[in-house]
Amino acid sequence: MLANLRQLVRYRGLVQSLVARELKARYRGSVLGFFWSFINPLLLLLIYSFVFSVVLPGTRPQELEPYALFMFCGILPWTWFSSSLLESANVLIASGNLIKKVLFPAEVLPVVTVLANMVHFFLGLPILGAFLVYYGAPLTPGELAWFPVVVLVQLVFTLGLALVLSALTVHFRDLKDILSNMLTFWFFATPIIYPMTMAPGVGRQLLNLNPMTHVMVSYQEILFYRGPFGHWKWLLALGAAAVAVFLAGYFLFDRLRDSFAEEV
Amino acid sequence: MAHAIEVSHVTKVYRRYGRRRQFATLKSAIVSGTVVRDLRPDETFPALQDVSFSVTRGQTYGIVGRNGSGKSTALKIVAGITKPTTGSVRVEGRVSALIELGAGFHPEISGRENVFINGIMLGLSKREVARRFDEIVAFAELDDFIDAPVKTYSSGMYMRLGFAVAIHVDPDVLLVDEVLAVGDEAFTHKCLDKFREFRRRGKTVLLVTHQLGLVERFCDEVLWLDQGHNRAEGDPRRVVGAYVSAVEQREAVHLAAENARAREAVDASPATQPPDAAPEAAAAPPPTDDEPRDMFQATEGRWGSRQVEIVDVALLDEAGQPGHIFHTGAPMTIRLRVQAHAPVDDFVFGVGLFNADGVCCFGTNTDLEELVPERLEGAGEVRFHVERLDLTDGTYKLDVAVHKRDGVPYDYHRLLYTFRVTSRTRDVGIYRPPHRWHFSGNVRLRGPDA
Repeated sequence: MLANLRQLVRYRGLVQSLVARELKARYRGSVLGFFWSFINPLLLLLIYSFVFSVVLPGTRPQELEPYALFMFCGILPWTWFSSSLLESANVLIASGNLIKKVLFPAEVLPVVTVLANMVHFFLGLPILGAFLVYYGAPLTPGELAWFPVVVLVQLVFTLGLALVLSALTVHFRDLKDILSNMLTFWFFATPIIYPMTMAPGVGRQLLNLNPMTHVMVSYQEILFYRGPFGHWKWLLALGAAAVAVFLAGYFLFDRLRDSFAEEV
Repeated sequence: MAHAIEVSHVTKVYRRYGRRRQFATLKSAIVSGTVVRDLRPDETFPALQDVSFSVTRGQTYGIVGRNGSGKSTALKIVAGITKPTTGSVRVEGRVSALIELGAGFHPEISGRENVFINGIMLGLSKREVARRFDEIVAFAELDDFIDAPVKTYSSGMYMRLGFAVAIHVDPDVLLVDEVLAVGDEAFTHKCLDKFREFRRRGKTVLLVTHQLGLVERFCDEVLWLDQGHNRAEGDPRRVVGAYVSAVEQREAVHLAAENARAREAVDASPATQPPDAAPEAAAAPPPTDDEPRDMFQATEGRWGSRQVEIVDVALLDEAGQPGHIFHTGAPMTIRLRVQAHAPVDDFVFGVGLFNADGVCCFGTNTDLEELVPERLEGAGEVRFHVERLDLTDGTYKLDVAVHKRDGVPYDYHRLLYTFRVTSRTRDVGIYRPPHRWHFSGNVRLRGPDA
C-alpha cells in the first residue's frame, strides 16, 4: 500500500495533465467557458438569497447579516465537496476503457476528479473575495492563515471518501443514485444555510458528529464572523480524522484494485 | 540468455456472475442480507490454465489461437493490467502495450494535448513526449490536424495517432494485440518497418495476432493457446502448421454438420418440382454463361421425381477419405451413390461448383461431354475426379444432379454440399492456374523475410 502511495506521487505529472485536461474539456465548446466556474455558484447564491430574503423573510437572526455573504462562505466549499464525490463515484466506470486497456494506477482518476473540482473552488474564490471586500468583512491576517489549513483538511477528507466511493461503485452501481440523495441530506445536515448557533442543544451535539460541520464552521469563522478563530481544536482533530479516512479509503481502494479491470 | 518475459504456471480465473447478480443492487443485497454472498462469483471461468512461457530478450514472440483462447488475457497479464489468479509473471524493462489504440484519448481536446496525456499515461515524462512530439505527429501523418479536437478525427486517424504514441514510448518490451490492421496499406507497412527496427535494436516484442503469415515471418518462437491451455510452443512454422491443421479439422467437422443439416432439411420435404425454376432452368448446370440467371437465383434445395435418386454424396481426398477441406492444387473426387427405382435409359449426371458469392466456377455434365446414356438400373456409384483443385482459398458449394436429357430432373441437389479450399498463398480471384515466375538475370527477387 505504501509502495502504491509512492507510485501515486511518481505519477503526479499524469495527475497534473489530467486535471488540466479535465478543466479544458469541461467547458470546451460552451460560449462562456471558464466563466461557468463563477456563474454556477453565483446562481446558487442568488436562489438561496431569494428564498431566505423574499420567500421566507425574518427566519434568521440578526447576526447573519449580510446573509448572502454568510451563505457563500459555505456553499462554495460545499460545491467542491459534493461534486467531487458525485463525479468520483462514476469515474472508474466512465473510464472503464482506460482501466482495462492501459496500465496506470487507477487511483489517479478519483484524485484527478477531486483536484479538478478544487481548482473550480479556487476559481470561485475571487468572487468570494469581492463579496468580502464589498461587505467589509472582518478579515485579519491571523485568521486568514488558517484558510489553507481548512482547505487541506477538506481536501484530505474528500480524497478519502472519493477513493472509497469510486472503488465501491464499481461493485454496486446504484451507489451513485443513493449518493445524490445522501448529499442533499448531508447539505441540510451541515450548517451552511443556517448557523451552528441556531441548532438546539441535542441538534448541536448531532451536528458536531458531522465532519463537514467543522469544515464549514471553520470557513465561516475565518471569513464571516468577527473575532479570533476559535474552532481550531475541532479543525485539527478533524484533520487527524481526515488522514485516517484517507488511509482507510486508500486501503480499501487498494484491496479492490485488482477487481476493477474485470468489473468495470 | 536473459529472459525479458517470464510467465510461470499462470492460471487466470475470471468470475462469471449469474443473472441474479447482474440485476442485484446494493439495496436488494442489503435487504436480503446477501451482500457478502453477492460479491462471490456464482461460477468461475478459467481463461488461462497453468500457462508458462518465457521470452528471451530481443526475441519476437507470437501467440496464436482461436477467439477466446486466452491470448489477450495472457497479454494483459504480462502488461500487468490484470493479475494472475495463481502463478507469477516477471517482465524486465519498460513495457508498452498496444492493446487498444487511443484508449484514453479525450474527444473534446486537441490531438496535441492528447498526445501528451497519452504519452504520460504510457510512462513517458512530459519532457520526453515533447522531444518526440514531432516524430509522433509525422509518423501518424497528422500534421494538419494535430490541433483539431480528437472527436473530429476519422477512425483511421484516431488509430494512427494512438499507434504512433504507443510505439514512440520506446519500450524495452512491446506488447501488441491485433492492432496492425489499422490504417491503410501504406501505414501498415510503416508499422511493420517499425517492428523490424524494434527487432534490430534488440527489443522484445510479444505479438498476438490472427495473421498467421505475419507470425511466420516475424516471430522467433510461437505459443499456441487453446482454451487457456498451452497447446504447443516453439518454431513458428511447426506451431502455425499444427494450429492451421487443427483449425481445418474443426472446420471440417463444422462443414460436415452443416451439410448434414442441409440434407436433412430438404429430405424432409417430399419430391417436388423446383418452386419457381422452369424445368430447363433446373436442367444441367450451365457451363456457359448463356442462361445463367435462373441458375444463380435458385437457392439451396432438392427437387426432382426421384425415379433415380442420389442417395449419398461424398467428397474424397487423395487417399480416398471423405473430407471437407482441400488444399489448392490437390486432387478431389466427388462420389455419388445413385439408386434407380426403375431401370432408365435417359439420364445425365451433372456437377457444378459455386463460390461463396454464388458464381459458378465450373459446371459440366455427361451430356455436354458427349457421353451417351445406355442403361441405369439398381444401385450404382458415379465418381467425378478432379485432378487438381486449382481454386483459390475460400468456401465453395456443390451442385449434383441426375436428370433426363431434356432437363427434367430425377434428383437435383442444389448447393447442398459445402467444402473449403485452403491455400497458404493469399492470392485473389477464383481460379488458380498452376504457374511459375521466371525472371531474367537483371531482375532479382528473393524469398520472404526470415
